[in-house]
Amino acid sequence: MDAMKNELIFEVADLCFAYDQKIPALNQVSLTVAAGENLVILGANGCGKSTLLKILDGLYFPDRGSVLAFGNPLTEAAFLEDAFNFDFRRRVGLVFQDTDVQLFMPSVWDEVAFAPLQLGVGREEVKQRVESALAALQIEKLRDRPPHQLSSGEKRRVALASILSLSPDVWLLDEPTTGLDPRSQGWLVEFILNQRQAGKTLVTATHDLAVAEQIASRLLVFDEDHRVAASGDPAEILGDHVLLHRCNLSHFHVPAGG
Amino acid sequence: MSAASRSTPKRTRRSSFVERTLVDIHHTLEQSLFAENTARQPGLLQGLDPRLKILAMLLLLLAVSLSRSLLVIAALYFLTLGLAYFSKVPLGFFVKRVWLFIPFFTGIIALPALFIVPGTAWVHLPLGLVITTTGVQTALFLLLRVGSSVSVGILLILTTPWNSVLKALGVLRLPAVIILMLGMTYRYIHLLLNITNDMFLSRKSRLLRPLSGEENRQLIGATSGTLLSKSLQVSSEVYLAMQSRGFRDYPRTIDTFEMRPVDWAAGLIVSLVFLAAIWLGR
Repeated sequence: MDAMKNELIFEVADLCFAYDQKIPALNQVSLTVAAGENLVILGANGCGKSTLLKILDGLYFPDRGSVLAFGNPLTEAAFLEDAFNFDFRRRVGLVFQDTDVQLFMPSVWDEVAFAPLQLGVGREEVKQRVESALAALQIEKLRDRPPHQLSSGEKRRVALASILSLSPDVWLLDEPTTGLDPRSQGWLVEFILNQRQAGKTLVTATHDLAVAEQIASRLLVFDEDHRVAASGDPAEILGDHVLLHRCNLSHFHVPAGG
Repeated sequence: MSAASRSTPKRTRRSSFVERTLVDIHHTLEQSLFAENTARQPGLLQGLDPRLKILAMLLLLLAVSLSRSLLVIAALYFLTLGLAYFSKVPLGFFVKRVWLFIPFFTGIIALPALFIVPGTAWVHLPLGLVITTTGVQTALFLLLRVGSSVSVGILLILTTPWNSVLKALGVLRLPAVIILMLGMTYRYIHLLLNITNDMFLSRKSRLLRPLSGEENRQLIGATSGTLLSKSLQVSSEVYLAMQSRGFRDYPRTIDTFEMRPVDWAAGLIVSLVFLAAIWLGR
């Protein structure tokens, strides 16, 4: 277990990324994620958190710098190899911020079955995995419903189930609490903590300090220049009000008239 | 929840372009929600295997097209009414949905047949126009054939959830990639309709006076442009989401349907009806 804990899942060095080569999203970002860790990336809107998760998931590739996953470079060429692509996709699951983007299949059942089917899991095992993911997320009743008819909380559960059926070692979660009511938010925090207890590695992007405090084993803070401003112990970072204010993560209210 | 669940505004002659668009969007979403709800309630056809229903629909369409007897086609139409009744589809809605549009589309084609098909004169009209009995028969054939065929199609949609219809199309050997594309098109039409609805609602909330013709045209142009840009953005994100879950170049799907004795029995009955319709209407 200790040996596994020391194993590095991601190693990112001097990463730079810009959309259309002119809109910067990430600037000289370096970080590591160890196995079993629950890293929370804190940052204001537009600081590059979602872009970083997509790079860690091998969907975007850096303009400069390097990204290693399980010791292998994440490059476009690497993903052209079927064996590498299958192995990586089997081990890493990304939950998108916008569930309308993630839920593209006509029914909840098909949505949850999509990933294991693409990765060549056998028919009977797919059925078994779908049933157990639906049960774990308590959405058995939604199995035949089209995703466009679901509420935000239900869509979020389906999005999580669609990754759970993959049983990945690493979860990448992009703003998972967006648009959720307090009860669903509490339930989601429990879900994340359970995954952590099960030995999974989690990387969660959020700007919700309360959620970060509850789930993080380590915090990484982005500033608005798309750089890493701090990394370390959650209690220490969340107690640094100057840092949080500088990174647009907290707000000092000045009453009218001084 | 989709906008369809909210109360529907009424379309009036004095409504502005923005209000009319909102009413139309609500109407479309409501129709789709109504069809989904009807398809999910317990009923005769709802309980049958969707693959069987698709094959049965094809057989009935074939019987309607091949039959040369008005009586047989009328009997097949009344059969669809009976099936709709036992499947708890509101009959008034079902009949209206078919016959409100047929006069506009098929009636225009059928009307000249009354006069131009040679045969025994039946009614003499002013200006030397003569309706022939053969002409009436031809027009009736056309109207009944179209009415019955449309009824069969609508009955399938109202008694089968759309995603099951799509999956069942595999029985016709339609490639999985086509079925996936159809499913995604339907899925994202709803998303884009909801986005359009929100865009028009936000416009309506800021309107202080009715828009002029030119302003309406500008509004349509701006809305279409924004929608196109949003749909491109969504489609590229959806592709990333598919890639992230292992999609390479061809979707792998799974068929979860199972034929039960009741489905085989229904299949037998439909086959007998088909053979009888062909035999009696030859």
